[in-house]
Amino acid sequence: MTLDRFSGTDRYVATEDLMAAVNASITLGRPVLIKGEPGTGKTQLAEEVAQALDRPFYEWHIKSTTKAQHGLYEYDAVARLRDSQLGDGRVKDIRNYIVKGRLWEAFESERQPVLLIDEIDKADIEFPNDLLRELDRMEFYVHELKETVQARLRPIVIITSNNEKELPDAFLRRCFFHYIRFPDQETMERIVEVHYPGLKKTLLAEALRTFFEVREVQGLKKKPSTSELLDWIKLLLAEDIPAEALASEDRRKSLPPMHGALLKNEQDVHLFEQLIFLNRRNAR
Amino acid sequence: MLVKFFYQLRSAGLPVSVTEFLTLLEAMKNGLGSGDVDEFYYLARSTLVKNEAHFDRFDKVFGDYYRGIESVFGPDPVQLPDDWLRRQAELFLSPEERQRIESLGGFEELMDALKQRLEEQKKRHQGGNRMIGTAGTSPFGAYGFNPEGVRIGQDGSRHRRGAKVWDRREYRNLDDDVQLGTRNIKIALRRLRRFARQGAEEELDLDDTIRSTARQGGLLDIRMVPERHNAIKVLLFLDIGGSMDDHVRLCEELFSAARSEFKHLEYFYFHNCVYESVWRDNRRRHAARTPTMEVLRTYGRDYKLIFVGDATMSPYEIIYPGGSVEHWNEEPGSLWMQRLLDTYGSAVWLNPEPEQRWDYTPSTGLLRDLMERRMFPLTIGGLERGMKELM
Repeated sequence: MTLDRFSGTDRYVATEDLMAAVNASITLGRPVLIKGEPGTGKTQLAEEVAQALDRPFYEWHIKSTTKAQHGLYEYDAVARLRDSQLGDGRVKDIRNYIVKGRLWEAFESERQPVLLIDEIDKADIEFPNDLLRELDRMEFYVHELKETVQARLRPIVIITSNNEKELPDAFLRRCFFHYIRFPDQETMERIVEVHYPGLKKTLLAEALRTFFEVREVQGLKKKPSTSELLDWIKLLLAEDIPAEALASEDRRKSLPPMHGALLKNEQDVHLFEQLIFLNRRNAR
Repeated sequence: MLVKFFYQLRSAGLPVSVTEFLTLLEAMKNGLGSGDVDEFYYLARSTLVKNEAHFDRFDKVFGDYYRGIESVFGPDPVQLPDDWLRRQAELFLSPEERQRIESLGGFEELMDALKQRLEEQKKRHQGGNRMIGTAGTSPFGAYGFNPEGVRIGQDGSRHRRGAKVWDRREYRNLDDDVQLGTRNIKIALRRLRRFARQGAEEELDLDDTIRSTARQGGLLDIRMVPERHNAIKVLLFLDIGGSMDDHVRLCEELFSAARSEFKHLEYFYFHNCVYESVWRDNRRRHAARTPTMEVLRTYGRDYKLIFVGDATMSPYEIIYPGGSVEHWNEEPGSLWMQRLLDTYGSAVWLNPEPEQRWDYTPSTGLLRDLMERRMFPLTIGGLERGMKELM
């Protein structure tokens, strides 16, 4: 049994409940499923866990066309057929034409690896079911070679989902679950602090206030999230915008500076402009 | 003890399985979640609950269960852990208040008084030891606050984590805006698939490759074909408002499942029965309407027509001109239904009302006849029958 525990890194602020879920998953060797709004650091979590525990890191990004088999291996029959016509010697051994997938690579790792299965909800609705046995037993059978591939060390599996599709119950039952909720102001301050240490207090306070105000506007199509806030602060710093520019008087009269980093949809910008227009009229 | 917790969760409607329960026990055997109650709470939640929409329900059960334990075993008031009390107090007291406590003889003394108070209460009536807040006349009263009340409104406190997290129940408002159980509906809708090959060529066509290789005298000639996609087109008409309000949940589930399952999905809303116009946006349903004639002209005959509605209304709304409850309709609803059905050969009506009740509403019978019996209940089974009918 491993005694490793994850407790955030100097670049990643982990909340207590997140740590509980990740550590349970590490101890029991079962996958942990991470859900949450886009931009709350789901994908980054896996990288940070790998780094914090100093483990090899394997990423498997899922697309709508990804099949479970892609993660295990693929048999390149066409290449073999071509080689056989050209009289290539390699053709004798089928092993030369088995292309290993990410899961297989992770299974072969000498040290316990961290495997990220990113955005599992993008794939076909049956995809998670096809991986049940593989993730449960950490082994699979290769028909072409007639052998079973087994993980040397159960990988730490971190799965992320954007909630685009509902995942099957059988799959969920085998995972630990964590929902990254949107950070509150205090956590957010810590997050900004680890990314931009020594940020001027006034600027940070004004930026955070503006940010949470923008998030509170009803009817936004895409609420800005943590990653947008960090980008925005980066821009503010790069342009050397003073905290006063964010302060209350201006804010009522115009869009926040560099609003393009926060609002990523022309309808949202439009909605905002209308609100400001209303504000100005009310002020008169 | 935990077995009882497990059954409490289940009776609260949380889909907790035995496997998950065993996982929790295994995790505890491995020393997880044994630090303090918060840790156990987080562990239990991440093991047993797999949907953030269920967090609130879980919190409620956990809170009840935890309090239940307290009232059975009752942390002996005299042995109330000091730091727990301190944490509670720190949580609720402002610095000024803390200073005032200091002036009243210090924190320790106050805590002693509080313990004593709690003990007395236990002697007088059972259950009084549950929460400091329920003690009512606790020494804290002098400072004018109530832990129950303050805890809810508190924000930004450094100590918030120390409060009973499950009592904060911060996942409250998610419970109804996340769709539950669309998966079954999606699986049922899957019956309605007709694959066609369109777009970029990216799959190996084995048969054609063999044929063409043979023709080339054995020289490999690879042939590709486009991947298969679901080419079914669906025209969805949803009844909205009035008696349909009872079925909003079910219809939302169907709708969101259908939206992700069909690439070509067009949807319109109507009220009770289809008349000369329908709409796409309920907020602007009086301003932006689409004439039904235009729908008939725009979407080809290969669209499959699905009505969703409870078909519960006055029969006049179907068979008489001017029968609509909302406006004056020149032509009866039945005529419009007939036009739609004439245009689109394959059509079904999905009815969220239970099938047994259909016979008691004349309007349901009328529409069912118009649909030539192609009315199905909006259940997984009914959906499957309906999809079979459409194919």
